[in-house]
Amino acid sequence: MDRLDAREGVVTFGALARSGFRRWSTYRQATIAGAFTNVVFGFLRCYVILAVAGATVSGTAAGYDVAQLATYVWLGQGLISVVGIWGWTELADRIRTGEVAADLLRPIPPVVSYLAADMGRFGHAVLTRFVPPIVVGAIFFPLYVPQRPGTIPLFVLSMLLASVVSFGGRFLVNATAYWLADARGPIALWTLSTGVLAGLYFPLRLLPDWAAILLYVATPFPSVLQSPADVLVERDGPLLQSGLVAVQAMWAVGLLVACFKVQKRAERKLVVQGG
Amino acid sequence: MGDQARAYAHLIGGQFRSMVSYRLSFLVEMISHSLTVVLDISTVLVLFGAGRRVGGFTLEEALLVAGLSSVGFALADLLVGNVDHLKTYVRSGLMDVILVRPLGSLWQLLCMDLPFRKVLRVVLAGVVLAIAVRLNDLDWTPARVVLLVVTPLAGLVFFGAIFVLSASLAFWWVDSGEIGSAFTYGGRDFTTYPVPVYAAWFRAVFAYALGFGFVAYQPALTLLGRTDPLGLPAWAGYLSPLVALVAAAVAALAWRAGIRHYRSTGS
Repeated sequence: MDRLDAREGVVTFGALARSGFRRWSTYRQATIAGAFTNVVFGFLRCYVILAVAGATVSGTAAGYDVAQLATYVWLGQGLISVVGIWGWTELADRIRTGEVAADLLRPIPPVVSYLAADMGRFGHAVLTRFVPPIVVGAIFFPLYVPQRPGTIPLFVLSMLLASVVSFGGRFLVNATAYWLADARGPIALWTLSTGVLAGLYFPLRLLPDWAAILLYVATPFPSVLQSPADVLVERDGPLLQSGLVAVQAMWAVGLLVACFKVQKRAERKLVVQGG
Repeated sequence: MGDQARAYAHLIGGQFRSMVSYRLSFLVEMISHSLTVVLDISTVLVLFGAGRRVGGFTLEEALLVAGLSSVGFALADLLVGNVDHLKTYVRSGLMDVILVRPLGSLWQLLCMDLPFRKVLRVVLAGVVLAIAVRLNDLDWTPARVVLLVVTPLAGLVFFGAIFVLSASLAFWWVDSGEIGSAFTYGGRDFTTYPVPVYAAWFRAVFAYALGFGFVAYQPALTLLGRTDPLGLPAWAGYLSPLVALVAAAVAALAWRAGIRHYRSTGS
């Protein structure tokens, strides 16, 4: 079958992303419900982490001051659905039912078409799910305003990379369904790991240095949430700040390559289920 | 009565057989669910670590609060948690099938997808609670022994009621999405920490109006023999079963109203 050339590829990617966006924009009530839930969790986490900072002599925790901590928490709540940490089982479901066969007939590799749809979802979430928690957070808590001019563009890049890393991880755990048929276990494991190891429950910098560094370099999890948050609240100097984004880029590329490899292997052995 | 019990046993047995047919995935899932307890507790350890007193509570005392909450929640999530699927059943029309069967609708829902993979988590939560009890060197009285046994059971009933209430929302609002999680998982997170860490208005809503303060915090104070920095009397710890029963009664009413209100989606 003919593959598309570069220009057609870009046009197709754009069209798939737009349809991904439209698909999510039909779930209007669920979007409101989700934003409400993010806000409730924002309050829960924010009060706990501020109590921890309040318990120290300096009033800071892990090198963050109170405004940075509050921003960290509310930003995290906004980022949950932007990077799409949880709940994506579409590929696993399509493998189990055999519908994935239809994806293989298309002239665009499945990894690319799913990534395009996910970028559409990303765009929708940035517009609808990112803003409400941050607005509520800003009303109830002092939030940190970035001081360096380069921070905002770097944050936007970091957020985009975070969602590619998250996509790569989700694709891989879903793809275990090619071999296991039921991928619920690996998906549950991924969901759980991203909750804690991405820094949603507490900033990873609270851990001993060796543990934090190990997590950043040896696992993709901090790149999903902790890194964009650290970039925005300027937890580190400009050099380390860019370094975090570089690590994210490394994980994004690495995971996408792994997705292509796994998909290729799966296609060689795939026996389509169902009839 | 005997027929009914057999019918429920069949539902659960079928579920069990389908679950063990994907052995590897079942095992991974059971391990990941148990890890949630480990990770929740590590979060408490990290936040209360290095000898910090957070909200006036030591790590050992915080672990007791977290342990009580964890056992109650793990039990409720095991036995009642899958009532969460109601919104999928309403949308897909499966709810109609459930309603025409000669068994109670709520009990059927609970038996239809009993998550055996969550059993190990209850055990681990129990271990955490046992360790917390040991660490605190409690001053035992018969009343406190009873309280230690009753509190997780009251937690089961209370969280079970919250699960049913959140799920009932789907009778009126099919697209309620994640809103229930704010109170089920949010409630778990709230009850994991001593109530004084939260701001006054937030406490007023979650701890007292919704009753989450009585799941773990008040009983833990009574077990520890500590006075409540927020001013409730010592016997408030013994109120948890009562609060749980009130919650269960409200949940039962909401469920009944929901069933009466239910109109099939026709799909």
